[in-house]
Amino acid sequence: MKQTKKRSPILSQLLMPLLALLVLVIFNLIRDPGFFSVELAANNNGDPVLRGNLISILNGASELAILAMGMTLVTAASGGQDISVGALAAIAGSMFVKVLRAGAGITPLTVVLGFLACCAVAMAFGAFNGTLVSVFHIQPMIATLILYTCGRSIAYWINGGATPTVDSPIISAIGSFIPGVPIPTPILIVILMGVIFSLVFRFTTLSLYTQTVGINQGAARLNGINAVGMKLLAFIILGVCCAVSGVIGVSRLSLINHETLLLDIEMDAILAVAIGGNSLGGGKFNMVGSILGAYAIQALTITLYAMKVPSTNIKAYKAVVIILIVAVGSPVVKQAFHRLWSRLTNGQPAGKAGKEVSA
Amino acid sequence: MENGVVLSMRNIGKSFPGVKALQHVDFTLRKGEIHALMGENGAGKSTLIKVLTGVYPKDEGEIYIDGVKDAITIRSPQEAQAYGISTVYQEITLCPNLTVAENMYIGRGKGIGVNWKEMERKAGALLSSLGIPARPRQQLGSCSLAVQQMVAIARAVDIDCKVLILDEPTSSLDDKEVAMLFRLMRDLKARGVGIIFVTHFLEQVYEVSDRITVLRNGELVCEYEVDKLPQVKLVAMMMGKELEGLDVIKKTKAGGEKAGKPYYEAEGLSSTASRPFDFHIAQGEVNGFTGLLGSGRSESVRAIFGADRVTGGKVRVNGKPVRITKPIEAMKNGIGYLPEDRKRDGIIADLSVRDNIILALQVMKGFFHPFSKAEAEKFADEYIKALEIKTASKDTPIKSLSGGNQQKVILARWLLTHPQYLILDEPTRGIDVGTKTEIQKLVLKMAEDGMCVTFISSEIEEMLRTCSRLIVMRDRNIVGELKGEELTQDHVMYTIAGGGN
Ligand SMILES: Nc1ncnc2c1ncn2[C@@H]1O[C@H](COP(=O)(O)OP(=O)(O)OP(=O)(O)O)[C@@H](O)[C@H]1O
Ligand SMILES: [Mg+2]
Repeated sequence: MKQTKKRSPILSQLLMPLLALLVLVIFNLIRDPGFFSVELAANNNGDPVLRGNLISILNGASELAILAMGMTLVTAASGGQDISVGALAAIAGSMFVKVLRAGAGITPLTVVLGFLACCAVAMAFGAFNGTLVSVFHIQPMIATLILYTCGRSIAYWINGGATPTVDSPIISAIGSFIPGVPIPTPILIVILMGVIFSLVFRFTTLSLYTQTVGINQGAARLNGINAVGMKLLAFIILGVCCAVSGVIGVSRLSLINHETLLLDIEMDAILAVAIGGNSLGGGKFNMVGSILGAYAIQALTITLYAMKVPSTNIKAYKAVVIILIVAVGSPVVKQAFHRLWSRLTNGQPAGKAGKEVSA
Repeated sequence: MENGVVLSMRNIGKSFPGVKALQHVDFTLRKGEIHALMGENGAGKSTLIKVLTGVYPKDEGEIYIDGVKDAITIRSPQEAQAYGISTVYQEITLCPNLTVAENMYIGRGKGIGVNWKEMERKAGALLSSLGIPARPRQQLGSCSLAVQQMVAIARAVDIDCKVLILDEPTSSLDDKEVAMLFRLMRDLKARGVGIIFVTHFLEQVYEVSDRITVLRNGELVCEYEVDKLPQVKLVAMMMGKELEGLDVIKKTKAGGEKAGKPYYEAEGLSSTASRPFDFHIAQGEVNGFTGLLGSGRSESVRAIFGADRVTGGKVRVNGKPVRITKPIEAMKNGIGYLPEDRKRDGIIADLSVRDNIILALQVMKGFFHPFSKAEAEKFADEYIKALEIKTASKDTPIKSLSGGNQQKVILARWLLTHPQYLILDEPTRGIDVGTKTEIQKLVLKMAEDGMCVTFISSEIEEMLRTCSRLIVMRDRNIVGELKGEELTQDHVMYTIAGGGN
């Protein structure tokens, strides 16, 4: 057993999302060298704002990136995925609007209250999903199918079937720009969420416990970890992520449309986790990978829009690209790639000259 | 190829990221011979077998097999089987949620259809001829580890093979089952099958083998006929240095002769898996549960730790009544538990060696108090050094360590928590001779420092060396308690068999 050189495991895990992003970037640069140029312009109110495809990608991916963070945890802990995140975001968004419209006018206080209320509701629904999964041992996809099916109806009831608008400078500050800050607020919220998660990982053992439970639940219990509690916690955290995305989604349009808010985002969120190099079977995870995955998906969408692909065809194109990404990341291709790589770098197996039989 | 040789491996090399697991290894297996493959933990024994059977591609070298003129390439265990090589791997690779019969026959049928009736009948016949206490329709996961091991062996020997490979098949078996396995091996040998046998039990090697090949650090050390290599020399070859007299294995004073106040006391303790029993252990005492497999010895210690659902009983720790229904409560009361089934209950396969070592201590420290990276590294370094764990680095996932080294990591995990009371269920399973004595010495030293230890081992000798009191179990009941003069091999066997009381 002699030491040889080794690769960094983190880097090899991030290889896939980075590669996907890189390919998209290069492709776009070849197509249009100015694709990623960013300009500082003034908006209708005369405030400075950043514009460009790069900003659209970063901005547009915000909800997806936030959901991908939560989805990563749920995937790691439970070995399954939550398909109700879009529906839950719609419920949270409706709740947000309901509270905002309850008072006389929209003040910072009502916005905070609205956010807390929708967080509470989303966490409660997260706990519901989590209980089905952790206590009743129902497959996550099946368990969350319930809320996936009925979630948008619940959202409909909350506001009595209407799609009320919430017009206020505060809301548009959340959904687009804070006056004087040229970066879209959703991007800032993603950064804030990222910082919160990294602080949580730094100051708690969430990451270690989640991975342990996901890899070997029985052994986790024998080491004193509350496996049921950890899975529940993952779903509750995902609930918070749904609330935040729901609020961003509502604020972008200043109205709640429970039918279309973050429609079909669950599949993209799951895909982001997969592109991020995470096993959908749970266990070890890398949240940075999922976030990069979310941006890769959004970059792909924007690229297709920029190429004037008709919106009805976009999904088909997306599917093709996804097949490519997933195939490149599959173990079979990875191994073949590694073999090729080591043949290129080593030339040939270690020489036979050093043969020694110690006896 | 020479006459009478069934298998020959030449100049085999295999590297993993961070380690050269095998370098220039030659190995020759003759017809009708039992060939022991020996070496310390991490020497490369399992890797050699996995390269041979196509689990890992080899980096260099050639493999020749009787009846084929050119070097062959084996890409998968199925291909190996087609060449007549049948294997029982060190870590059981069967499917726990299939039945015993399915596990024995699945993946072997030539056609598409399976005749279930016929399959179950054949499985039943084979199981009873080998004396394996399992029903064909039973779910494999519901069998004990030993029975699962026997089923894996049954599956392997039923295949018509030229070469049979057994990687530590006896590590979870009792003497009786070992004897049965040896009878089977001799039968096969008489039929001309070449058998590769990996084990850390020296007596077993000398009992059945004809030839010994020793590996060290991934390199070939020597090959001898068994009667030309005395035990002392074999150990020296494996370790690369003379062990200060093999008599470290001689009887030292058992722990707990001068035991103090009772630390843990249980009255009528029962769990979903164990019948009510009384038990106590004093500070500085080393005691043990013994009995045949399935006698309930593991289930009893699991009840103490709260590993299975506790259904009744009164427990006192340090004289104070406490409730222990979950592992975390046991840990808070200073109890540690090294489980019997390392793969199922012990290792967190994908996590690093470092995380596996600190896990239990981290849990005790609490959710909001994670260890800093530096602290974790320090703990990991300390125990990797103390237990001589062979790993490419602290960041290596534990699943890529050799079996014995995984066991050491789990042991390190519990030692690190500095428990007052440590329960060790088969702590030396799969551990090489040198380290085994180290662990026994460690247990005795800990007892001297006032810790109490409950020890379970299939090797009665090991128990006699370490324990000052033995609780004997049969059919899930305690049938006797032996101490002092009564602690002799004969007496223990007699009590286990039902003569005692
Ligand atoms: N899949 C793997 N990935 C990386 N390293 C590995 C892998 N399998 C084995 N190794 C390394 O190769 C070396 C030899 O391991 P191997 O399992 O062959 O040892 P062994 O002789 O069977 O030991 P034991 O007696 O403990 O079972 C070890 O250092 C181990 O860490
Ligand atoms: Mg091995």
